[in-house]
Amino acid sequence: MLVHSKGGRWAAWSLFGILFVPLFALPLLVVVAASFATRWSGAFPSGPTTANYASAVQGESLQALTTSLVTALAASLLALTAGTWAALAAAALGRRGKRVLDALFMLPVAVPSVVVGLAVLVAFSRPPLLLNGTSTIVVLAHAILVTAFAHQSVSAAIVRLDPAYEQAAASLGARPAYVLWRVRIPLLLPSLTAAAGLCFALSMGELSATMMLYPPDWMPLPVRIFTATDRGSLFGGSAVAVVLMATTLLVLLAVSRVRTRASYR
Amino acid sequence: MPEAALRPAGPAPTGTRTPSEHPDPPREAPPKTPPRGTRSLPRALWALPPVAVLGLVFLYPLALVVRQSLTPDNGGGAFDAYSAVFASHAFREALGTTVWLALAATVGCLLLGFTLALIIAFVPFPGAKAVARFIDVFLSFPSFLITLALLFIYGTVGMANGLWTDAFGGSGGPFHFLTTPWGVLLAEITYFTPFVMRPLLAAFSQLDTAQLEVAAGLGARPARIIRQVILPEALPALAAGGSLVLVMCLNEFGIVLFTGAKGVTTLPMLVYGKAILESDYPAACVAAVVNIAISIGLFGLYRVVGKRAGA
Repeated sequence: MLVHSKGGRWAAWSLFGILFVPLFALPLLVVVAASFATRWSGAFPSGPTTANYASAVQGESLQALTTSLVTALAASLLALTAGTWAALAAAALGRRGKRVLDALFMLPVAVPSVVVGLAVLVAFSRPPLLLNGTSTIVVLAHAILVTAFAHQSVSAAIVRLDPAYEQAAASLGARPAYVLWRVRIPLLLPSLTAAAGLCFALSMGELSATMMLYPPDWMPLPVRIFTATDRGSLFGGSAVAVVLMATTLLVLLAVSRVRTRASYR
Repeated sequence: MPEAALRPAGPAPTGTRTPSEHPDPPREAPPKTPPRGTRSLPRALWALPPVAVLGLVFLYPLALVVRQSLTPDNGGGAFDAYSAVFASHAFREALGTTVWLALAATVGCLLLGFTLALIIAFVPFPGAKAVARFIDVFLSFPSFLITLALLFIYGTVGMANGLWTDAFGGSGGPFHFLTTPWGVLLAEITYFTPFVMRPLLAAFSQLDTAQLEVAAGLGARPARIIRQVILPEALPALAAGGSLVLVMCLNEFGIVLFTGAKGVTTLPMLVYGKAILESDYPAACVAAVVNIAISIGLFGLYRVVGKRAGA
């Protein structure tokens, strides 16, 4: 407790309220409120309706939702595989090798996502790998962008792993592959699911690289929200944005349930 | 299980072994565990597949961008594209806007994040835990949602202007900053402050509150406790969080795109505009290379600061 006087405490709390509510709570509330409205010409929205949601879960928007879900799922799986593999391989290397590998896999975070999109577009618009205009190129870009987060979270968990378990298993004659599959991976499962949730959420909201790459028949949800609001349909866009937020939250919630069931340690 | 597996790994079993070299050879099967001598090579080999994949899908494309910026496909000598882009007014303005927006947003995030984290950690109130969790959720939403929300709050017919006209009359309110850089700045501070708060809250939770009690018992006022006890502890987290936010602000695209202002062009926006809207790939690649150079330099700084801070 830093402030002991009652007045001082109330002053601190009201400062917190003044800063927190308009900056962080209000934006989310406003988007939700707008998604149920038809007009906003005054202090508050007017014309309550659910028509925005009716159109947000059918036709093009529904297609965008499934596109986003498929993309996020595929990209997360790819990123998780590559990131975990790299993290496990890095842990087996020496100090120097681990640092190089970690730096390599963190690099996509430092490069702007728009530039990642541009690079993928430039590289895969020419033979031998002609992916321009396919859904693969979107999934690929998403996977590149989120692999760093998977790698970071798994390698942090590997450092915390108690080596006694694998040493015990190895001393009882388990071969490395068996130790990896039956001891290390299960122990890493909580952080793997957490990493999967993070990758999924990031991929669901990815806009920058997607804007550079998306083909007309593979338009993820954030692009759909942008095209809607760009055409001036702010309320329809808000409803789609709420669908995006709700889907992300649901998946994160499901993943955290898996995590609590898996963390039997 | 075979008895040999329990033994520490010996030298590689070879067919040409003679009893004189190995007085006590394994009686049955050769050891199952790989011999120590050959072990370091497969370990390095295991790192190869992910690195090869990363090289193909990330490093090779980046190299192509750099090459394209130097020797464009449509002709022209080396650095022609660079001199053309550097000479253009739009590029210099975008560079300036990007840098000052990122710096201002970082300072704003640090001040705001430090204040809010301080209150959550040291002047706790009912629901402080829920607020901390809300911050985590906030991080998982895409950035452009903030700009979308600000359109309803500060837009020409939004909430703030509506309240103003309700209170004072007139045809419109005074809030027209959304399509200026200030609107982008407000959105970036809002979106990136949680990235500063999270490491700060983690650092504060490790701070022994007895230190604060002792300082207070010795007569230090809250301002002095913050300056002399809390701030030194928070400095590594502030440095790490601040440099991460700086990099992310330099690379932010969604917020600027949704603002839709012609007057606000940042480097990522310029890359998008040149490549997609104008199909001028060499110019886009030059802007991309400049953007990469700035953000990788700063990210390296972040890693160094973070390493030193133990983050």
